[in-house]
Amino acid sequence: MKKCIEGSEAVASAVANCQPDVVASYPITPQTHIVEYLAWLKNSHRADFEFIQADSEFAAASIVQGAAAAGGRTYTATSAQGLLLMMEVVYATAGLRLPVVMTLANRAVSAPINIWNDQQDAMAMRDAGWMMLFAEDNQAAVDLHIIAYRMAEELRVPAVVNMDGFILTHTVEPVDVPSKNQIRQFLPRYKAAKNTILDVNHPVTLGAFVTPEHYQEFRQELQQDLLAAEGLFIKENKKFKQVFGREYKSVEYYGAKKPEAVIISFGSVVGTIKDTVDELNSTLREPSAFTSVSADKHGDKRERINQGDKQGDRGVGVVNVVMFRPFPKKEIGEVLNGCEKIAIIEKDIAFGSTGGLDLEVKAALYGKSSAEIKSYSMGLGGRDITKEEIRVIFEKMLK
Amino acid sequence: MKIKKEKSYSLIAPGHTACVGCGMIVALTMAVNTLGDKTIVCGATGCSEVTTTKYPASVFRVPYIHSLFENPAPVATGVLAMLKRKKQDDVNVVVHGGDGFFFDIGLALNSGAWTRGDNILYICYDNEAYMNTGAQSSGSTPIGSYTMTTPATSFSTGNLLHKKDLPAIALAHGLPYVATATVGDLSDFREKVKKAAAIKGPRYIQVYSTCAPGWNVEACNAIKVAKLAQETGLYPVFEYVNGRLSSVMKVPNETPRVERFLELQGRFRHLGNNEEGKKIIKRMQKQADENIERFGLR
Repeated sequence: MKKCIEGSEAVASAVANCQPDVVASYPITPQTHIVEYLAWLKNSHRADFEFIQADSEFAAASIVQGAAAAGGRTYTATSAQGLLLMMEVVYATAGLRLPVVMTLANRAVSAPINIWNDQQDAMAMRDAGWMMLFAEDNQAAVDLHIIAYRMAEELRVPAVVNMDGFILTHTVEPVDVPSKNQIRQFLPRYKAAKNTILDVNHPVTLGAFVTPEHYQEFRQELQQDLLAAEGLFIKENKKFKQVFGREYKSVEYYGAKKPEAVIISFGSVVGTIKDTVDELNSTLREPSAFTSVSADKHGDKRERINQGDKQGDRGVGVVNVVMFRPFPKKEIGEVLNGCEKIAIIEKDIAFGSTGGLDLEVKAALYGKSSAEIKSYSMGLGGRDITKEEIRVIFEKMLK
Repeated sequence: MKIKKEKSYSLIAPGHTACVGCGMIVALTMAVNTLGDKTIVCGATGCSEVTTTKYPASVFRVPYIHSLFENPAPVATGVLAMLKRKKQDDVNVVVHGGDGFFFDIGLALNSGAWTRGDNILYICYDNEAYMNTGAQSSGSTPIGSYTMTTPATSFSTGNLLHKKDLPAIALAHGLPYVATATVGDLSDFREKVKKAAAIKGPRYIQVYSTCAPGWNVEACNAIKVAKLAQETGLYPVFEYVNGRLSSVMKVPNETPRVERFLELQGRFRHLGNNEEGKKIIKRMQKQADENIERFGLR
């Protein structure tokens, strides 16, 4: 059942309904509402987990690491500076193969200090060995957390769900937060494998000191298991659809059947790009249809997905990258399917090079596509990416 | 598989790679065996980790986790939270590591865990420098000590900074049990571990642990030098229960001068070379005398 709630509350409720054992929190804007709501759920006896207020993000990440090492289902959330502070723990959590789930409420990084949304923080952890998922809207944010737990526990690889700070965390919109019982049908109680956790009845050493003789094998294993998440995501989404009636693809496409130009992006800006795609496709193909599409723009995007098809085969489209780690190379190649004009819009920058998503897409298409790819790092530090700007990018490609 | 426990059974298996004359490994072995098999150890990076857990082997016959240099305390907080979930309240959770971890890099995170009041026993193997990386000065390095980052030259007398008073910092957090010990008296250390194990809340034991290569001490003098640290008054051995000084280890009536402690160690050898060094020896003697006064060690 859909309820009109804030994104942070929706995610906190969904996480609580996943029944974690231990939640550790440290305040940082724009993530704070999530842990505040979890604290309220705990203190009002609406949820039963250990809630620990940490003394820094470094501590929060270490607490969930310790709890996961002792066999618990865990949760923490952070943003920007918080993530950068906990980065050493972030790497170790993946290396220790602990299924921690974290929300990253995406925010710009200092300096200059700025609390508003972009995705530079996410890019800072892209090579840490975590699964990385990006939510387009709050329904996706809720659902991806449930899927993240399932995958993290199956693969023993930590997972982070990215949701744009303020744009999603502080936005009130209708969201279906699945109940505990519903979630239980998809996500069974977590039981860590014997001899992988700290247990006085089965003593093991975790985090041993590993010499050149063995170290590379540990890292290879992490890479293999992380890559396995690509297939597992498809598999788990089939189950997810059976239980919840919704599903996600690692790479989602929206727009004309045979697009002349495609923008690739991730996060909440995909919604703005979808609106622009609708408008452009309407004006390009059926000028009279513009008003009806425009009137529909506040509706549920999921219900409109087929509308692009009705508009004729030609036009423009948008690719939404839901899974960034592992990067779904195969799927992105398939979804672009011969499109020769591609632009990438992303709210991050790999200084001295290009954008993080741009690097991935170009690597994925290497040798498979002759498309012209333009890269735009924009919307940094909370600057709006407008439909007008997106329209100009499309028009430049179509020229 | 159940391991058959013989009389001589140790929870620390043979095969560690610590140096001959290492104080840490002796204290670690004694601590874990005193606490028993219902113990989970969260270790910091350093010799206590590197010499014990070289993959694929491990000397720990109790659950052990090493994550990072600075974070065993919050890792232990997480472990404790899970033990609470599993209703296993009879398990000792230990955080251990060297002075580099306790005095410097882990101080803030330990402070957080002390403030939360987490039921953890902290054991600091204090060898007064970063020894695992080859003897660089830490917040625990005493004045005058030669380390690789405070080398004594004709213009320098080694470390110029005073040793941080970590037991006082622990006491300022209201810890119910704070004690010091040395590997010069292991039965005293064992009794303190035993006593600490019976108290609830955060407990801190700082055990003075000889580092033979780092201090440039003959392995055969490893225990003797630790004993002298206590006997001179330079390393006061005491016990605070609920914030009150409850016991001290007295210095001998014939209290040895600090020179007897210093002369066994290469790290202080340069102090006799010039007037500046001799001034430092005087300051150390003054410090020892003040400790004797302050803690009532006579």
